[in-house]
Amino acid sequence: MAAYSLNINNKIYQVDVEEDTTLLWVLREHLGLTGTKYGCGVALCGSCTVHVDGNPMRACALPLSGFDKNQKITTIEGLSENGDHPVQKAWIEAQAPQCGYCQSGQIMQAVALLGENPNPTKEEIKAYMNGNLCRCGTYLRIVKAIELAAEKIATKT
Amino acid sequence: MDLNNKAVSRREFLKTSGGVALFIGISGLLPQMISCKNNKGVQKILEKHELTAWVKISEDGQVTIYNPAAEMGQGSMTSLPAIFAEEMDADWSMVNVAFSPQESEIYGSDKWSANNKVMLTAGSMITYGYYSIMRQAGAQARYILMHSAAEHWKVPIGDLNTAPGEVINERDNKRIGYGDLVPYLTMPVSLPEFSEAELKDPKNYRFIGVDRPRVDIPEKVAGTAKFAIDIQLPDMLYGVLERGTIHGARATLHNESEILGLKGVLKLVPFDYGIGIIAETLEQALAAKKLLKITWGEAGATGFNSQECYEAYGKIASGKSAGKVITNEGDIENALKSASKSFSIDYKNDYVYHAQMEPLNVVAQVGADGKSAEVWVGTQQGFDSKLGIPDYLGIPAENVKIHLQYLGGGFGRRSMTDFVLEGTGLAREVAPRPVKLIWTREDDVSYGAYRPLTLQRLRASADASGKITGFSHCIVGDGGNLVASGIGIDYYDIPNKYAEWREVSEGIRLKHWRSVGHGPNKFAIECMIDEIATYFKQDPADLRRILLAKSPRALATLEKAISMSDWYSSSPDNRSKGIAFLERSGTLSTGVCEISVDISTGKISVHHFWSASDAGIIIQPDNVKAQMEGGILMGIGSVLKEQITIVNGQVQQSNFNDYEILRMTDIPDSVETALIESREPPRGVGESGTPLVACAIANAFLKLTGKPLRHLPFTPERVLNALNS
Repeated sequence: MAAYSLNINNKIYQVDVEEDTTLLWVLREHLGLTGTKYGCGVALCGSCTVHVDGNPMRACALPLSGFDKNQKITTIEGLSENGDHPVQKAWIEAQAPQCGYCQSGQIMQAVALLGENPNPTKEEIKAYMNGNLCRCGTYLRIVKAIELAAEKIATKT
Repeated sequence: MDLNNKAVSRREFLKTSGGVALFIGISGLLPQMISCKNNKGVQKILEKHELTAWVKISEDGQVTIYNPAAEMGQGSMTSLPAIFAEEMDADWSMVNVAFSPQESEIYGSDKWSANNKVMLTAGSMITYGYYSIMRQAGAQARYILMHSAAEHWKVPIGDLNTAPGEVINERDNKRIGYGDLVPYLTMPVSLPEFSEAELKDPKNYRFIGVDRPRVDIPEKVAGTAKFAIDIQLPDMLYGVLERGTIHGARATLHNESEILGLKGVLKLVPFDYGIGIIAETLEQALAAKKLLKITWGEAGATGFNSQECYEAYGKIASGKSAGKVITNEGDIENALKSASKSFSIDYKNDYVYHAQMEPLNVVAQVGADGKSAEVWVGTQQGFDSKLGIPDYLGIPAENVKIHLQYLGGGFGRRSMTDFVLEGTGLAREVAPRPVKLIWTREDDVSYGAYRPLTLQRLRASADASGKITGFSHCIVGDGGNLVASGIGIDYYDIPNKYAEWREVSEGIRLKHWRSVGHGPNKFAIECMIDEIATYFKQDPADLRRILLAKSPRALATLEKAISMSDWYSSSPDNRSKGIAFLERSGTLSTGVCEISVDISTGKISVHHFWSASDAGIIIQPDNVKAQMEGGILMGIGSVLKEQITIVNGQVQQSNFNDYEILRMTDIPDSVETALIESREPPRGVGESGTPLVACAIANAFLKLTGKPLRHLPFTPERVLNALNS
């Protein structure tokens, strides 16, 4: 067991867990931040995507021993106060989710995409989102939502 | 109907905390209580369901409508309450939606089986199953509100009408909000049953056929929607199971004391087919699971090889002993004998896995005395609305409480209760502490319950002009209706029809998988039609137009799909279109896809998919389109990639690396859905898209290359083999 200090959504959390415990289990089962989902456990599905210093990462593949307390972790809960980030609003407008289980990860990946590339082409969207699985088959609406979000962000700035 | 039963006094009806629960409806509580002669029984129901019925109204005007169905992405949380709100004339901005309790005698539908009310979200049945119930109950809620206003104002009820969220006196234009009526609510002496003519005129619909944003989407986008896996309870423990890769194999554990000595491990729980571990934390449970030293016994599947069984299945299809005859119209043998041209083709499909994104899980808690249980679960419900727990624990059904959560995908897998009983079994060992049981993805894949593997022998006869005179279908496979659903071709005008199922049993766990037998069966049927059309140099759409001539609703979907896909114009170079028609869950659909194939790699790409469906009355059009899009995309993945294989009884796949599902780079450029206008009752759409895909792709491939694809999935290797054949 080891004690860790983590900066999650601009709040400092202390946890005491085994060193190889992944960020995913710490978020979900120790801290109750359950918006980040478990899907495969081996970085194949993207359901657990969070941002670490702004980069999209798979929380299931990040042991806590690899973190230092200066790294900033952002989860879906920290993306916006009231679920009203432009990407979240676009997701609602496109009526993208079905079962919804993968959508936190999809949204975190999409936010990272638009951070890097504010005006992506369809092909760029598909390539960037390719690691995020959706079994309900909402991909077409996710592409649409990302295009809508890009528009929203562009008109805002 | 006599409501002057003392047991159901007005006060009891209106008694709730913080609101008024109207116990209403043909399938609601009221008629049941009226028919219940046992006053104690009535009291019991009232106590148990103090706040439960179809609707609750608060004095501030908030209306809560109860959804009796599971929400697994198909939109029940919006569509069923919308039907109720339509007849109640509710103000949607004041409507909240909650899951109803899992009490089938109150919230069940009798559309599954007559005289037996069932809560079951499967078979794309819930809109059909609850359409009348929600309309009646909504209309009766409105009647009670109007009746109460009439009493309050001392005017005839005939003078009253409603506007969204309020009752209006049409003589003096006096208005009162539904919330403001709460203190004056009175039960009418009898509740009318509303005939079709007395229900709302479709011209005035504000909900049915009108898109409204889904109520569950904001919380799913915010990350706050609760799935069972998200449940946290005080003092909760974690459970995992190790199960064999041969289904049903018995476990012999060799290092029990080592495992029990691991930090955090509290208990080992043997199951018939595995070993359960209960630990303080999930990571401790998972670490212990990896260290288990188990030898596995033999089971039914031992020795079975899923890629080698087709030869034996072919022999069974050729054998003289008939199986279970499903259809027998006309004289098929005579039709085949006297045909000017006959066809016999075998189609095959490998096992496929559900791959719902939320791995199976449950949170279960058993009372300290072992006599009660509560579970928090994403379930498609079932014929036993208590999910088998009463029998499992040997306790009365009323001692079991099911807390339904959102489902992270169902697709048929969550209509099974294996995981629920496992979690309950673990919780019993540490009662009264709750246990969260999680299946890893590897567990979920390798101990899945798959859509059955089948071989299908289709035979057909035609006269010299190419008219199909006979059609015969023999399925060899395991699972009864799991393999037989969708074998019917009622809509096709063919005089001699025959269908049968020949059973084999391999010991592999099987379950309904989105559209069940329709996927493989419609693949075989619709490909056969195209092979016949190709032989006679007929256009496959033209042949279907002849076959569907006596089914106008079906024909309308064909014509619509032909026009929207511009069927008769040629595709761009190296592309081709394929067509298929089918019925699923009462919905008629024609699909057209346009594909290309990379002849060096064998990879098929789907560029466009058009579908036209007649699903009866459409409640939420955009949601129906979402279901068709999703069903088609899931279909594309399953047809091009998905395959569970068994070697010597052992499942060979374990996660998304070796069981690949559709990813975003493989999606079509467009999926277009057209809905035919209809006043027929609404039918299911959740499973209508998926089975269109295999046949439409294979038919496009046949047109493009002249080669048939007859074995699902169409992996690059199989595509290359077909191209080189």
